[in-house]
Amino acid sequence: MSDAPPPDPATRLVEPRRGDGTPALSIRGLWKRFGDKIAVQGLDLEVPSGSFYGLVGPNGAGKTTTLSMATGLLRPDAGELRILGVDVWADPTAAKRLVGVLSDGIALFDRLSGEQLITYHGLLNGMDRDTVTARTHDLLELLDMREAAGKLVVDYSAGMTKKIALATALIHAPRLLVLDEPFESVDPVSAANIRDILHGYVESGGTVIVSSHAMDMVQRMCDHVAVIADGRVLASGTIDEVRSGRDLEDVFVDLVGGRHHTRGPEWLRTS
Amino acid sequence: MVAHLLRLRLLVMRNTLSRSPWQLVAVIIGAVYGIGILVLAFIGLTLLGSAPVELARTIVVLAGAATVLGWAVVPLLTSGIDQTLSVARLRVFPIAPSRLVLALAVCGVLGIPGAVTLLAGVFTAATWWRSPGIALAAVVTAAIAVLTCVCASRMIESLNAGLSSHRRYREISGILVLVPLLLLGPLITVLTAGIRGAADALPKLADGLSWSPLGAAWSVPSDLALGHYGEAGLKFLIAVATLAVIVLIWRRTLATALVTTVQPETKTAEAGHIGLFGWFPASPTGAVAARSLTYWTRDPRYSRQLILIPIFPILLYVNSRTLDLPSLVTAAGPVVAFLVSLSIFSDLSYDSTAFAAHLSARVTGRADRTGRVAAVAVFAVPVVAGITVGSAAVASSWAALPALLGLSLGILLSGLGLSSLSSSRIILPVPAPGDSPFAAKTGAGFTTSVTTFATWGILAALSLPEIVLAVVAGVVGSALLGWITLVVGLGLGAVVLSAGIRLGGREIERSGPELLARLRVPR
Repeated sequence: MSDAPPPDPATRLVEPRRGDGTPALSIRGLWKRFGDKIAVQGLDLEVPSGSFYGLVGPNGAGKTTTLSMATGLLRPDAGELRILGVDVWADPTAAKRLVGVLSDGIALFDRLSGEQLITYHGLLNGMDRDTVTARTHDLLELLDMREAAGKLVVDYSAGMTKKIALATALIHAPRLLVLDEPFESVDPVSAANIRDILHGYVESGGTVIVSSHAMDMVQRMCDHVAVIADGRVLASGTIDEVRSGRDLEDVFVDLVGGRHHTRGPEWLRTS
Repeated sequence: MVAHLLRLRLLVMRNTLSRSPWQLVAVIIGAVYGIGILVLAFIGLTLLGSAPVELARTIVVLAGAATVLGWAVVPLLTSGIDQTLSVARLRVFPIAPSRLVLALAVCGVLGIPGAVTLLAGVFTAATWWRSPGIALAAVVTAAIAVLTCVCASRMIESLNAGLSSHRRYREISGILVLVPLLLLGPLITVLTAGIRGAADALPKLADGLSWSPLGAAWSVPSDLALGHYGEAGLKFLIAVATLAVIVLIWRRTLATALVTTVQPETKTAEAGHIGLFGWFPASPTGAVAARSLTYWTRDPRYSRQLILIPIFPILLYVNSRTLDLPSLVTAAGPVVAFLVSLSIFSDLSYDSTAFAAHLSARVTGRADRTGRVAAVAVFAVPVVAGITVGSAAVASSWAALPALLGLSLGILLSGLGLSSLSSSRIILPVPAPGDSPFAAKTGAGFTTSVTTFATWGILAALSLPEIVLAVVAGVVGSALLGWITLVVGLGLGAVVLSAGIRLGGREIERSGPELLARLRVPR
């Protein structure tokens, strides 16, 4: 069992480097097709460094596909992806070091206890044991999961599973956090706690991208937003630019279309 | 309502069939097999009509009791005989328990296993074709017995579903039930020796069973034929009472199951206890090894493969005694090495999309491969060496030990190397994490067996040098050749292992995202 001495991520600093111009994530001309369905068609997106970026879109819009390609988990058919200036598909190792991922629909090694799972991710990232132990402790504390640390992840509730997945994304102190549906089935109190953690992370210079279809939450939580549908960006910019004085949800529905103005079949009206 | 559920059941069956032509082929083969058994049963049972009543009685009662027992045991083996109509899925509909019991019983009888049992049961009437009165009674009692089969099976499933909320129980019970089944062969060999002497014990056994819930219904016609009307009446009562009790228990558990949700029981470790992660080196390789080994102890999809380790030595030992071939037992080491080393030949499939963690953390292919091999080697090397030495001791063939060790360890190392390469390319449809380890994936059987056999063939080819050497050393009885086998086995094994890890690692690094995409495909 001989590994090359791993680069110690603890020596990497998350320094506030706002305004140096390099976007945290830049996507140009991204294409991906699955069989005869084109999931992403020529998507362009720029996520400024230090922003809290919301990605909204209807089901099947290509959010998860785009984020998978941006984090090196899915090979694009065409297009250029850069994380903090590093080309994701030319130098995946350097790019992946900069990013922490919470993917929707990706399994965890759930026969491990929560603590073991975080430790596992830390060690996989090549960190030394002391750093891993200390950070695991901190993360469990931060996410309010001390009590559940020894429980197998398979026995966790959906919300706790999201939290432990978030912890595994944070363990190597990434500069960019990509969270796919992080608040799905998380209770309001935990969601508020997670939001605080994410805000703190952004204030210290990190960048967060969240995908969601809870407009209200994106509107309150994020400072930037992009609306995606049919594998394209329909609108993007700061929240205020995109909603231009209206409610984000109305803007979204207008952009995406497909709203039906009917009140359901006759028999469903009970009175 | 009953008709609705039945139609739903048949619709699901049709849709499953139309999904894959191989599925259809499998069903056709199964149907031909089932019809063959039915035809044979019919012929046999008709011929029994000319045999003495006592013989017919012994055979029908024993076979009948075994059928009832079999139906009751099956739900313990599989996670639900019929997931289509499992209580968990029907819970949301407003159906009264009594109607559900009726509907599920009808669906059970009209399903394929139920129908085959029903027909075979009704065929027992053929034995009594000379006396129509008894034949009629046989039809009635067979119907009761088959209903008992179906309801007992459903009842056990329902009871089991309650216990199954304890995950650990579910995982262990499914595996333990397998042990007697695998040992059935040697058990029969050992038992027949005893039974051959006491063939007259079987009618007594049948007599005993005929008073038990298992055999009562099946013995009524022969009691009538023997003129024991009183006994026949009593046994008929036993059979009806059995059915009634089973239905009542089943209805009760169903009624409870319909209003309770599964509450998983959990085990908690102390904070700070990270188990094997504390034992292995704090490197990506060590972490992968610790994770894999943890899975070997916790995930039934892995741990069920460990059953093979004790079973093969026992099988070979029993056969070496009965066949009077003492050296047969020495095959135990190589066979176990063969099976254990290939148990991870499609390891990535078991990871499912959790493999994304390795991809995100840019784990080198080498660390990934080495870790998985190390986890198996930690227990496989001592176990294989132990079995080999033990088998040499049992066969008192110490002279052959070097050759045997060379063969066993050579196969083990080569097999691990082959697994390292094959698991970087082969993604098989396997049970998802948390599913029953025996839950077959639709249409998976064919590809899985072809790939498995191909891998076995390749490993046999890779280990050919030490196999030939060991056989020659054994035949010639040369100590020198034995030591050469040991050196060649270890050397060749080490070469294959390191090549496998290197090639497999390169493959993982090159096509990681593609592998993840294949793991992600909903299967």
